Amino acid sequence: MFPLDLALLIGKAGSTLVLLLIGTAFGWVLESAGFGDSRRLAGQFYFKDLAVLRVMFTAIVSAMLLIFWATALGWLSYEDVWVNPTYWWPGIVGGLVMGVGFILGGYCPGTSLVSLATFKFDGLFFVLGALVGITVFGETADGIAGFANSGSAGRLTLPELAGVDAGWVALAVVLMALGMFWGANRLKDWSTGEAEPRTRLAVAGPWLLLAAAAGLVLVGQPDWRERWAGLEQAQAQLRERRVQIQPAELAFLMQNPTINLQVLDVRGEADYNLFHLRGAVRLEATGLERLVHSGLPEGAVLVLTGNGEERAMEVWRELQARRVPNVYLLEGGLNAWLARYGDNLQARPGAGADEARWILPVALGERWPAAWPNPHHAARPEFESKVKLTGGGKKSGGCG
Amino acid sequence: MDSAPRYWNSYAAGLLLGVLLFLAFALTSNGLGASGGLQRLTTFATDLVAPAHVDETPYLAKMAGSGRNALDNYLVIELAGVLLGGFLSGLYHRRLGAETYRGPGVRPRQRWFWAFLGGALMGFGARLARGCTSGQALSGGAVLSAGSWAFMLSVFAGGYGVAWFARRLWTGGPHVSA
Repeated sequence: MFPLDLALLIGKAGSTLVLLLIGTAFGWVLESAGFGDSRRLAGQFYFKDLAVLRVMFTAIVSAMLLIFWATALGWLSYEDVWVNPTYWWPGIVGGLVMGVGFILGGYCPGTSLVSLATFKFDGLFFVLGALVGITVFGETADGIAGFANSGSAGRLTLPELAGVDAGWVALAVVLMALGMFWGANRLKDWSTGEAEPRTRLAVAGPWLLLAAAAGLVLVGQPDWRERWAGLEQAQAQLRERRVQIQPAELAFLMQNPTINLQVLDVRGEADYNLFHLRGAVRLEATGLERLVHSGLPEGAVLVLTGNGEERAMEVWRELQARRVPNVYLLEGGLNAWLARYGDNLQARPGAGADEARWILPVALGERWPAAWPNPHHAARPEFESKVKLTGGGKKSGGCG
Repeated sequence: MDSAPRYWNSYAAGLLLGVLLFLAFALTSNGLGASGGLQRLTTFATDLVAPAHVDETPYLAKMAGSGRNALDNYLVIELAGVLLGGFLSGLYHRRLGAETYRGPGVRPRQRWFWAFLGGALMGFGARLARGCTSGQALSGGAVLSAGSWAFMLSVFAGGYGVAWFARRLWTGGPHVSA
């Protein structure tokens, strides 16, 4: 399954070589497309030359279709692909500044490197300017961190934002790109006073792109259950009970101030109101979507608590499919927890495995003593420690 | 017009670039980038001149603080590749040569000044936006990052917004067609 972990597969030297080849191919394509020439790039903004629009949007559209076809067929894991995190305001303001820089300077950072590599002086001066601009940003970055981190929305994708399958967004992007090509071509014909002959690619291409996008809508992206079916490692973890932590370990974690613990209660509201662990958040009230996007602090350890284990395991599977790191579940659920830490509770006869086994006379929520076991009471008991912190997903990417 | 056949067809070049971008994601889980590598270069240079300053500046320290090598990063390798690929393509297509690309009626020194100024704005803006045209617009656009699309529209808005005022820099003479 892609993406590959190159460093693991072929070592540092091998992955360095692959990256060098990718970079070289990138530079070759940019130069061959004429992107080492500032006149050609700036021509886009005067409708004299449409290479920028054509190359860029053909590249985006074709890469997008390949990526989402690969994820639809289960060959590529979208969750493991780097998606630039969204920071609305610095992105928009930075983009405007770059647009101005593009017109004045005639390049963007990548194309100026290609221009420099072919010994063009304007490329050289642009690169020097970019180095100065980057240095200035490096010096001011901590001072303007407030703005530079504003409008943070994490890994936010257009399909999530629109609440539709990625296929529909892909279709919309293809239609938009084709519309822009068509409109820009008309403007260029008008601006240059001559009609450009259409190549065979320009005639057949739109239909191919539309067909690929329409197919994507029909096939649809895999939901989390289908993605879970491919996660063999996680399935083994659950099967071998490596993520089911004993009540004593959770009690120990609750007392440990160095651990950023978040208990997630997966039960319904009535059960939650009767009793829950101190600080536990009810999943249904927060919503899994919102939790995954903005609710989780970095390095947090998540522990899922249900009455038994069934519902908690189901949530665990979904969180795995969404690549949330450091998630565990309470062994035996809160039924086992209360059996250990509850005082003289009466058992409810005939309670199912995932139903509340103990009768709680009043809805005290987290004010029960058992919601926060006294550390002396729970003085480091014997348990098999299972919680290990891992880094989780990719931390940087793109131009980062 | 005379140079027109020498560049690839723009749609074909875009298709190749798209396939390359897809391969980059499939092989490395990342897209393509350029400005991050430049950031590493400047941080490395700053670290040579003033290592104590780098250690005291959190943004720089993440890259080069206390014995860390700013150049030990995949973006730097990719940057070297872009330079190499651009050079090889220029060599193959016989486009190497000291020259200043400029609009008609613009003297080379003027062009250098504007290139430098535009580059500085680009460099600053790219770091503020956490990526340049390649890392944000191209890569983030293809994986449908919401912020990358907002960024991309802003770049075009900024460009078209000032294009009329800067028209003397670029228009009025021969152009190369796509």
